[in-house]
Amino acid sequence: MPTIQITGGRVIDPSRDLDATGDVWIRDGKIAPDGGGEPADTVVDARGLIVAPGLIDVHVHLREPGQEEDETIATGAAAALAGGVTTVACMPNTLPPIDTQAAAEFVVLQGQRARQANVYPVGCVSKGREGKEMATLGQLVAGGAVAFTDDGAPVSNAGLMRRALEYSKMFNLVIMQHCQVMELTDGGVMNEGFESTRLGLGGMPAAAEDIMVARDIRLAEITGGRLHVQHISTARAVELVREGKKRGIRVTAEACPHHFSLTDDRLRTFDSNFKMNPPLRTAEDVAAVIEGLKDDTIEILCTDHAPHAREKKMRELDHAPFGIVGLETLLPITVTHLIEPGHLTWPQAIRKLTINAANLLNLPRKGTLRPGADADVTVIDPALAWTVEAARLRSKSKNTPYDGWRVRGRAHTVIVGGEIRYALGGADDVA
Amino acid sequence: MTAEPSDPAPFAWTRKHLLGLEELSREEITAILDTAEAFSEVSNRSRKKVPALQGRIVFNLFFENSTRTRTSFSLAAKRLSADVQDFSANVSSISKGETFIDTAKNIEAMGCDVMVVRHPTPGAPHLLSQHVQSSIINAGDGAHEHPTQGLLDLMTIRRAKGSFEGLTVALLGDIAHSRVARSNIWGLLKLGAKVILCGPPTLVPRSMERLGCEVAYHLDEILPRCDVVNVLRIQFERQQRGLFPSVGEYSQFYMMTRERVRKAKDDLLILAPGPINRGVELTPEVADGDHSAILDQVHNGLAVRMAVLYFLSGKNPDAE
Repeated sequence: MPTIQITGGRVIDPSRDLDATGDVWIRDGKIAPDGGGEPADTVVDARGLIVAPGLIDVHVHLREPGQEEDETIATGAAAALAGGVTTVACMPNTLPPIDTQAAAEFVVLQGQRARQANVYPVGCVSKGREGKEMATLGQLVAGGAVAFTDDGAPVSNAGLMRRALEYSKMFNLVIMQHCQVMELTDGGVMNEGFESTRLGLGGMPAAAEDIMVARDIRLAEITGGRLHVQHISTARAVELVREGKKRGIRVTAEACPHHFSLTDDRLRTFDSNFKMNPPLRTAEDVAAVIEGLKDDTIEILCTDHAPHAREKKMRELDHAPFGIVGLETLLPITVTHLIEPGHLTWPQAIRKLTINAANLLNLPRKGTLRPGADADVTVIDPALAWTVEAARLRSKSKNTPYDGWRVRGRAHTVIVGGEIRYALGGADDVA
Repeated sequence: MTAEPSDPAPFAWTRKHLLGLEELSREEITAILDTAEAFSEVSNRSRKKVPALQGRIVFNLFFENSTRTRTSFSLAAKRLSADVQDFSANVSSISKGETFIDTAKNIEAMGCDVMVVRHPTPGAPHLLSQHVQSSIINAGDGAHEHPTQGLLDLMTIRRAKGSFEGLTVALLGDIAHSRVARSNIWGLLKLGAKVILCGPPTLVPRSMERLGCEVAYHLDEILPRCDVVNVLRIQFERQQRGLFPSVGEYSQFYMMTRERVRKAKDDLLILAPGPINRGVELTPEVADGDHSAILDQVHNGLAVRMAVLYFLSGKNPDAE
């Protein structure tokens, strides 16, 4: 395997609190301490660029098996690379859902076949994602699952959620919860409030999220299990997680770019690319999410990448599915909405995209540039200004709310397992 | 016989679509009402037709049941000498794929100048306006807007009261789920009226106050201050969804009865967009009584729809 020297870049490796100009060496698919006296086979000139551990997205929907018209593991993992993401964790709400060892192994296999970003399955909490009986969590782990969730829907049954938090302790894996009290969001397509009232659209109150977060933090407390709050979007939910952490409860949280860059008044256009679940909230909620990111209440940035084919998404709002693609806009929206306004420093943002995500999924060789770690590296051009064009996204689906946005920051070179798999402007860069 | 309204407003209409009253200016609303007044006279002639829209094709695209609104639009178009075609689709049959847009495109391929669209989803006419060349008239999109209903209510009030300044108008009933309420709110506020929204808290969200309205739960407390009460229809499925405990209890608090009318201003005007549930929102004697303008609304609805069709189609510079 050719050796690679990434030279002259600003190396940011939050796992070692490192932020310094220097070189990163790669040999045999691993990060090497140095070149061992030999010149590298390949040299990547990273002067003026940021060299970071490969970004990890703990929350994507790659739709395979079952909805390959929206995305496949191959197209989704390629979109990940174009966004600088070297590892993704796939949600199990596929058709059929990932609730058995065989299903998890299929996701792993398809990821290996694709040879794009690393692909890890997240298994279901319940059999068939029906919210009734616990899935075979142990067998899912044997199949490669790195966490459990019924995402797309919450585990509504408090008894099941309690048992899952307890049982999953034997694997020390996290239960990721889509926090939503379904009885409060029936018929809703957007955040409940002034904007939904004005537009006559069905509302989903913030309290639906808050109440579930409160319940599950308490369940995590009595069980000692690991709770991860997915796509946190409300001010009160951020506050609840903050309180829970102060009390020493094992709770973590993630936030997605749309929840810190967009508000519910966007729905005035009736554009279904602003319909997602949890919905876009108010400016106060956005401010609270940013505050939570700043004080590390929210330790993870991710996308909830949710591709939907055009014919499904370009519909009346009541009929259009929830969700937007995000893998290729994660980095630039983080730059323009968190780093450039001064909310987060580069090392803080990269921490939330690398080592914190690796720790969440128990991936000890990911999210770090420590010698011996898997050679997943993202070289970022932090200053590159570009325009998001939906039609040019690599994802099979183009349902982005950021079409036409002028942004800054983009993946320059992306290395997975010691192999350069993406280079901006390279032959495989359709953008 | 004059073909055009005798006194066309000195006003340049520039919109291609009528999607709601929220985006209209006071001047635009007034222009429609003034033109509707001119057209109102046409209905009283023995030959009820003007040639303004000769050769134009108006399609009624209804994805939700409606007889009254569709009939009113059809008659309005016919009085302007347009050709009218109805298209009604069962919503369940269009709930797959892009068929809603496809359906409209198919209709357009047959030749169409104006599409009158009713749909259960807010924003559906807006979505359509991005995909077809025809002018779109929103004939009701979910709980969002029903601009021609709003306009005909405004016309009815203006005819009875002369102007909107200093007027207090109560919208009564299910505000949360009412497109009529929203169009009324925008229109009334723009023209200078005070608006009170009255109904049970489950049907009148507090956030409505931010639109500039007063929110009230007790009709008897606000009725003496009102010049106009617009009685919205209660849909019985709301009760099934638990938004109020029983129709009987609703009527007890909010039905316009003779006793309530007696305590109101002498010149109280009562509107109801209909279809009304007699004995639920209004007693029969109130519905048919002196204060009721229900049939005037129907008459004015025709005139307002003629005016809107005339602006969007007959004199639309973009359409030429």
